[in-house]
Parts: sequence; C-alpha cells; structure tokens
Amino acid sequence: MSARDVLFVALGVLTAAAGLLAVSSRQVVHAALWLVTALGALAGCYLVLGAEVVALVQVLVYVGAIVVLVLFALMLTRAPIGRSADLDARWPQRVAAAAAGGAVAALLGTTLVLAVGGRAVAVDEGRAAAEPLARSLFGAWALPFEVLSLLLLAALVSALLLSRERGER
Amino acid sequence: MIHLASPLLLAAVLAGCGVYGVLARRNAVLVLIGIELILNAANLLLVTFDVAYADRLHGGQVLTLFVITVAAAEVGVALAAVLLLFRRRGDVDLQRARDLAERVDVP
Repeated sequence: MSARDVLFVALGVLTAAAGLLAVSSRQVVHAALWLVTALGALAGCYLVLGAEVVALVQVLVYVGAIVVLVLFALMLTRAPIGRSADLDARWPQRVAAAAAGGAVAALLGTTLVLAVGGRAVAVDEGRAAAEPLARSLFGAWALPFEVLSLLLLAALVSALLLSRERGER
Repeated sequence: MIHLASPLLLAAVLAGCGVYGVLARRNAVLVLIGIELILNAANLLLVTFDVAYADRLHGGQVLTLFVITVAAAEVGVALAAVLLLFRRRGDVDLQRARDLAERVDVP
C-alpha cells in the first residue's frame, strides 16, 4: 500500500458513502447536497490518479453548474422541505431496485477486478498535466471538440423551447 | 504506484448506487441524481484506464471531459422537461405520470 493507495481508499469510501446517501436520503435537498459531496470527493480521487485537469473540470462543471441546476429544479418544483415519505417507490419496487443495483455493482466489480484488478501502475505526474492534455485535445481531438459545441447549442435551444411552452393543467 | 482494484471497485459501487436511485426514486429530480452517479462511475473508469494504459492521445481523459460536457447538456434539457412536467401536472411524481408510459396491451 503506497500513500496514493491510502489516500484513494479514504476518498473512495467518502465518495461511496455520499453516493449511497444521495440515493437513499429521505430529504430532497439533503440528497442533492450529498451529491455535491460525492462529486467533490470524486474530484479528489481524480487528483490522486494524477488527472488534475479532469478534477478541475469536475469541480467547475459538475459541482459548480450541474448541482446548481439540480438545486434550482428542486426549488422550482416546490420540493418538500423536511422528511417526506413519498420520495421512494413502494417496498416491492425498492427491493427489486436494490437487487438490480447490487447485481450491477457485483457483476461490474468482480469482472473488472478479476480482469485487471491485480495490477499496480505508476502515476506519471507530468503526463496528465495541462500542456500535453491541451495539445492532444486541441490537436487530435479538435473536430469532436467543435462538434461538442454544436451539441451544447442544440441543448440550449431545446431547453429554451421546452421551457417556453405553456403548460396547461 | 497505485493499485487498480480500489478505483475499479469504487466505480462498481457508484454504478450500483446510481441504478438503485434510478429504479427506486419517484421524484424526477432524484432520478436525475442517480443518472449523474452512473455517469460519474463511467468517468472514473475512463480516467483509471487512461492512467493504466497511458496512450499517446490521452483518450481516457479527453473522453472524460467530453462525457462531463454531454452530461451538462443532458441535465439542462432534462431539467427543462421536468419543469414542463411540473407546470402541466403540479408535481414531478413519476409513479403518477402514468399517461406518459407506453401502453401495453396484454393479450
């Protein structure tokens, strides 16, 4: 166990616990705030893995933008403050959902760990620094990057259209 | 040095949490939180394998940046749809939105 391993396990336990609480909390706003914790701790995990640009983008876009959007949606849909019982489905569906989630986690975990779990890799700090990543992003990946801006524009226009539509009750 | 087992297990746990959240929640915004967790599990796998198989094009990290951007676009559109649902029906309970479901005729 190296220092990186210990750090990753600590951040990973925090991420997993916050993720579990985000999908099981009985208070809507708490679920959104646990999501913030999970995403922030995951950004720390990226840092430990040596992907500092990805960690920064995770903090900027996920924690900064997406979570704020989710909180706005909670406010605009008059989410109940305090504990509420009707956030989750009834218990047969909850049990089935827990079985499905557990099966996904077990299948994915055993497959991945059996395939490559025994390996230990050296984290090269200089490899994932901003400069080589930017060279690759704006060099080899320039066309997909530009197409992505078109996708963002399409999403912007469709969100505007959807929110302009008058809803009738 | 870092052992690959812990990031892989964390990704599996996050994906499992997300699947549970998507299937068990009734509030549409909370379903979106589950989807975000699944996307983050995929991102963690991409970064882990980028570190493990260091390729020249930085494929894993660049794809992670792309996935994060696509997730931002997806959340924007999805939340606009949720707000429209709320304006039409007065709540965002997916169990009560039965008329959105596909009609299945049982023979």
